[in-house]
Amino acid sequence: MSGPSDYQPTNPALKWIERRLPIMGLVHSSFVAYPTPRNLNYWWTFGAILSVMLGLQILTGVILAMHYTPEATMAFKSVESIVRDVNYGWLLRNMHASGASMFFLAVYIHMFRGLYYGSYKEPREILWILGVIIYLLMMATGFMGYVLPWGQMSFWGATVITNLFSAVPYFGDSIVTLLWGGYSVGNPTLNRFFSLHYLLPFVIAGVVVLHIWALHVAGQNNPAGVEAKTEKDTVPFTPYATIKDAFGISCFMLLYAWFIFYMPNYLGDSDNYIVANPGVTPAHIVPEWYYLPFYAILRSIPNKLAGVTAMFSAILILAFLPWLDTAKTKSSKYRPLAKQFFWIFVVVCVLLGYLGAQPPEGIYVIVGRILTFCYFAYFLILLPLLSRIEKPRTVPNSIADDVLAKAGSKSAPMVSTVIALAIAGALFAGSAQNARAEEQEAPPSQKWSFSGPVGKYDRGSLQRGLKVYKEVCSACHSLNYIAFRNLADPGGPGYSGAQAKAFAEEYKIKDGPNDQGEMFERPGRPADYFPSPFPNEQAARAANGGANPPDLSLITKARSYERGFPMFVVDFFSQFQETGPNYVNAILQGFEDKPPAGVSIPEGSYYNKYFPGHAIKMPKPLNDGQVTFDDGSPATVAQYAKDVTAFLMWAAEPHMEARKRLGLQVFVFLILFTGLLYFTKKKVWADAH
Amino acid sequence: MGGLATLWPFVAQMNPDASTIAAGAPIEVDLAPIAEGQDIKVFWRGKPVYISHRTKKQIDEARKVPVSSLPDPQSDEARVKEGHDQWLVVIGICTHLGCIPIAHEGNYDGFFCPCHGSQYDSSGRIRQGPAPANLPVPPYQFVSDSKIQIG
Repeated sequence: MSGPSDYQPTNPALKWIERRLPIMGLVHSSFVAYPTPRNLNYWWTFGAILSVMLGLQILTGVILAMHYTPEATMAFKSVESIVRDVNYGWLLRNMHASGASMFFLAVYIHMFRGLYYGSYKEPREILWILGVIIYLLMMATGFMGYVLPWGQMSFWGATVITNLFSAVPYFGDSIVTLLWGGYSVGNPTLNRFFSLHYLLPFVIAGVVVLHIWALHVAGQNNPAGVEAKTEKDTVPFTPYATIKDAFGISCFMLLYAWFIFYMPNYLGDSDNYIVANPGVTPAHIVPEWYYLPFYAILRSIPNKLAGVTAMFSAILILAFLPWLDTAKTKSSKYRPLAKQFFWIFVVVCVLLGYLGAQPPEGIYVIVGRILTFCYFAYFLILLPLLSRIEKPRTVPNSIADDVLAKAGSKSAPMVSTVIALAIAGALFAGSAQNARAEEQEAPPSQKWSFSGPVGKYDRGSLQRGLKVYKEVCSACHSLNYIAFRNLADPGGPGYSGAQAKAFAEEYKIKDGPNDQGEMFERPGRPADYFPSPFPNEQAARAANGGANPPDLSLITKARSYERGFPMFVVDFFSQFQETGPNYVNAILQGFEDKPPAGVSIPEGSYYNKYFPGHAIKMPKPLNDGQVTFDDGSPATVAQYAKDVTAFLMWAAEPHMEARKRLGLQVFVFLILFTGLLYFTKKKVWADAH
Repeated sequence: MGGLATLWPFVAQMNPDASTIAAGAPIEVDLAPIAEGQDIKVFWRGKPVYISHRTKKQIDEARKVPVSSLPDPQSDEARVKEGHDQWLVVIGICTHLGCIPIAHEGNYDGFFCPCHGSQYDSSGRIRQGPAPANLPVPPYQFVSDSKIQIG
């Protein structure tokens, strides 16, 4: 990609190929001999990190597509069977879902780096615009991918985002119908989103090739912002950049693995564990965290068309950056004013992200408008103005000079920016969880045996919980995703295969039709699933005063409550993710015979301290002495609630123990590997500094 | 010309297919079981349609407001069928970004959208929030006094 290569293979077979297709010469000149500025810092490793993430997303995505069913009635269930039944399916799914977030995290750092060091300036305008195109494609891909699990957030996110196009004058509604392939988001929409979600990553890969091509024509920018002139300014790509990128990637993998193995649902929304329902809108529709700043811009403008236009402009304005900022000095290091405003801009973006997750009311709307103004002002007023009035500091003559000058003062500002970004990132990421603001007491935190990095299920507790479910909950609540065979799975309640078989035989399962064409009942087999107490939703509603008792298979993941700032930051480090179990446990114990003064409960509902709105249709389900345990555990409501919650946590995530066990192994390996890479990198670079 | 003509099938295939259109045929709804002050939600073309049996108070509220003061001016009379003033039939999809507003909530005795806070009155007209237009009235007619056909 940088002119004819001087690469000369010695092996005759390689020579034969090289004469016909000079592919090794291309690789050699692009990734081995390619000169890279010797003063690049670690912010420059994110290009390589992004390439790896794209590769991983495509790999895991292609595999997931082999098991996934893009059909409205089966999509949600097929994702659950991937996680529960496919070998290592939980790992692949976590990798793909967290991978999307990591991909965006890396791309944002990559973009802010370009912004700070002026990487979009002459002669890299096309390179920058290709990057903006990749970012747009990523947003489309990420959005369509989020729709595929077909949970509540998937469905309503799709509805809200496709409706953005209805703001187009005159043709709006026709465009939306065209996008849906129906009169609302439905099966045709899911099908085409799946098709496009599979296609777009390969388009991204194609544009990435152009992006790298343009990069290798213009050469890399660098922290000094002066072009490489002599041999002394550069080092060959291999081994210098290769080893540095490898170390950067390895560090990034540590963060990635933290999410995969320990916090797989931290960035997700609990509502997406409820299957899509076109008749019920979730209380707050919140997009994935990486869209939140733009969502905040959309919502802060009271006019629909103007809001949608502002949102798209906020992204497209990036493409015009090379012509908005015309300052000659590239790097903000030498631009005292631009540097400060850059950091203010970063804070504005993070705060917009935070607001995007808040309900659109009161002070949030006003702050949102101010920040939206700041966002656009940075590009449209500030940067053009600064290019004219700012007096930049003297730029070093060459990259070599920059390296020599820096040898004295080590990279202290680097540390502070890392800390600032880490805090900002944590605030930003966690704000996704801040979505539901309920003014009510949070469920008390319990001690769970399965919490933390080495948590395990308590077998006795799971067995007791199963008994409580069977004798009490199963009268109204189904457990659709659990089969009797699961009771004998490793990491579960610890029954033997024979015990699970005996347990299954106590149930009557409807089967058929037989040779006479009639349905019949037979004893359950291990492969059967727990039968539902009601034949259909309507029957369930009719028997329960109009409310549908939810399926309990995923209830501990589908329920959550707000932790608030700064707890969600702490939660990231302490791996706290037991909001679901705490909530279920609290609901089971939160019934009070008399509502407190001033609270009226409608006829047919019951007062529950922890239920949102307090009026629950479920009567107090558990009473002391209702279930007797063989192991002598106390027959109290507190004990029942705790045990059945633990059982339901296992039902929601049967492979949790395997996840945490593998996580530990991966971490031990990654830490050692990263350490080795660090010392290798030091050795390789010893003579270059 | 030929290129455009070739392109057309590739775009047109995205529109609703024959079975989807057929499933969007008119439906009949019996109004007899809906008591005054109650409302029901039926699905037509995959969209929720609210049928409200409005109280006298709700009708009066909707008619008292000066039409010109509304963001999307339309009189209540124009949104219901003459002689069936108590029945309000609207598509329950927020005109902002397509969420489903909740009936009997908000400050106007009508609908409240939980997504971005739009509020509609007892005639389904937008009164507050980011939504640009009133809740649309689907095509419908009274087959008899207690039965309507939507579509």
